[in-house]
Amino acid sequence: MTSVQVRELQAAAVIGDGIAGLSGVTKRYGAVRALDGLSLTLRRGEVLALLGPNGAGKSTAIRCLLGLIAPTSGTVRVFGQDPREPAARARIGAMLQVARIPEVLKVREHLDLFRSYYPSPLPMAEIVRIAKLEGIEGKEFGKLSGGQKQRVLFGLAIAGDPDLIFLDEPTVGMDIEARRGLWEQIRVLAERGKTVLLTTHYLEEADALAHRVVVIDKGKVISEGTPAEIKSQAAGTTGRRIRCHTRLSDEFLWALETVSAVARQGSVVTVTATAAEAVLREMLLADGTVANLEVTSPALEDAFLELTKGKG
Amino acid sequence: MASVAAVPELAPVGNVGRIFVKETKYEFVKLMRTRSFSASVIGFPVMFYLLFGVANKHAYSDNVHIAKYMLGGYAVFGLVGAALFGIGVGLAMERASGWLEVKRASPMPPQAYLAAKCASAVAFGLIIVSILTTLGIALGGVSLSLREFAMMLGLTVVGAIAFASMGLLLALVIPANAAPGIVNLIYLPMSFLSGLWVPIYMLPKWLQAVAPVLPTYHLVQLMLSVFGYQQRSVSLLSHWVGLGGFTMLTLGASWLIFNRSQQNA
Repeated sequence: MTSVQVRELQAAAVIGDGIAGLSGVTKRYGAVRALDGLSLTLRRGEVLALLGPNGAGKSTAIRCLLGLIAPTSGTVRVFGQDPREPAARARIGAMLQVARIPEVLKVREHLDLFRSYYPSPLPMAEIVRIAKLEGIEGKEFGKLSGGQKQRVLFGLAIAGDPDLIFLDEPTVGMDIEARRGLWEQIRVLAERGKTVLLTTHYLEEADALAHRVVVIDKGKVISEGTPAEIKSQAAGTTGRRIRCHTRLSDEFLWALETVSAVARQGSVVTVTATAAEAVLREMLLADGTVANLEVTSPALEDAFLELTKGKG
Repeated sequence: MASVAAVPELAPVGNVGRIFVKETKYEFVKLMRTRSFSASVIGFPVMFYLLFGVANKHAYSDNVHIAKYMLGGYAVFGLVGAALFGIGVGLAMERASGWLEVKRASPMPPQAYLAAKCASAVAFGLIIVSILTTLGIALGGVSLSLREFAMMLGLTVVGAIAFASMGLLLALVIPANAAPGIVNLIYLPMSFLSGLWVPIYMLPKWLQAVAPVLPTYHLVQLMLSVFGYQQRSVSLLSHWVGLGGFTMLTLGASWLIFNRSQQNA
């Protein structure tokens, strides 16, 4: 077997039942490794969120998957082929971060052009409905608001009815209502068996949408799982928060097992502990007056900060 | 391997002919609606021709009708401007803004993108030359046979393609934010030194010596040969070789630079 064949087989093993993926991809720019042996698999019908601090390699990973840049080493496969193949591109839609798109063309004209690139595009009316472009089809792109522009770019990404959709920071510049509207459309895409890869700065967005979250930093995967798993991983290191009114002293609380923080705001105490159940049991035994009890897991945001802390 | 999703049996991209047509249509519409482009690439040659060509309605020099001679010069000036600004500046901007990347990520054939830019440059060239010719006939007392006009249009197509390749090269090498300035710094002196504004034989001898290395000089001599106004001392073949060689050179350089940037990407 040639080394190329071996690499192909390794890629097939890593990407497995996925429809697309990266296998051991390294991308070097001079001395900088934007991606460092990154492997990533996209499965049919899932929404995968790629999270990471700025410069983690999110956009580089997407650009490799789109065949816009070639990896220094490793393999990229999309629908079993090189992403630069027209047959692969015909099944991909992409919403990238773009500074400017031709502003004097009307929304309908942009959509018409992108539809023509694909063998079986969505009907124009369908794109307008899904991307919520009703009433602005006849407007020039440059005259739209930030959120409307993002919706047009989303419309271009779905114009070809692709099976795999890349969304790089799709809701930047959208108000909450528009953002939730787009989330709904992304869920509908996944229900129709489409695969979505999403990068975002809004962790709430990953939490609300993603079946799976991959956290990367410095071009490497540092954590992977469902949003709940990512949160519990972080909870494993930082713990959950117990908030209540209590007469117990700080000394008593600090002495309990696994307690990592005790904070007071007026009469409210917040205790952080990994073994939250055991700590709570002790607290209830020692103080019959505990009131307004609340136990919370860290938000995805805290989990994310915890995971990337000190590594960036 | 069997688990990898099978590719369905369909044409890999949309109808290629239709993509070329739509890409060209929207490129042209975009340039037309971009007033800063359309008004200046059409307006400047028209204004200059009115000032320096039509105004010489009654001027003759050795059987050369100056208004007709300048029609050849400003036709070349206009079509070269449309190609250099439309492609050189347009493509540089679309590359820098990330729009080209969005298009490259789609199944659009890259040739369609380049062909649309080139066809739009040709269309603008034909429009500019037609307007200048109309002005020359209507206001400048220029007499032109239908055959001469047809040959001018033919040379406009050839010239637009040659300078489209120069626009492509510029778009690949110059930074987008400096593109309009740099293109002007090349375009304006090159036009002057090639005799597009002032008949070449009126320039100082030492300046005339520069002309043969400029592609615009070869194109304007070919354009003037339609009227029999070219420099008699130089063969037409050498102008075809000069223009053709320049086109090959810029296309080859563009290809090399593009491939190198792909490898480094």
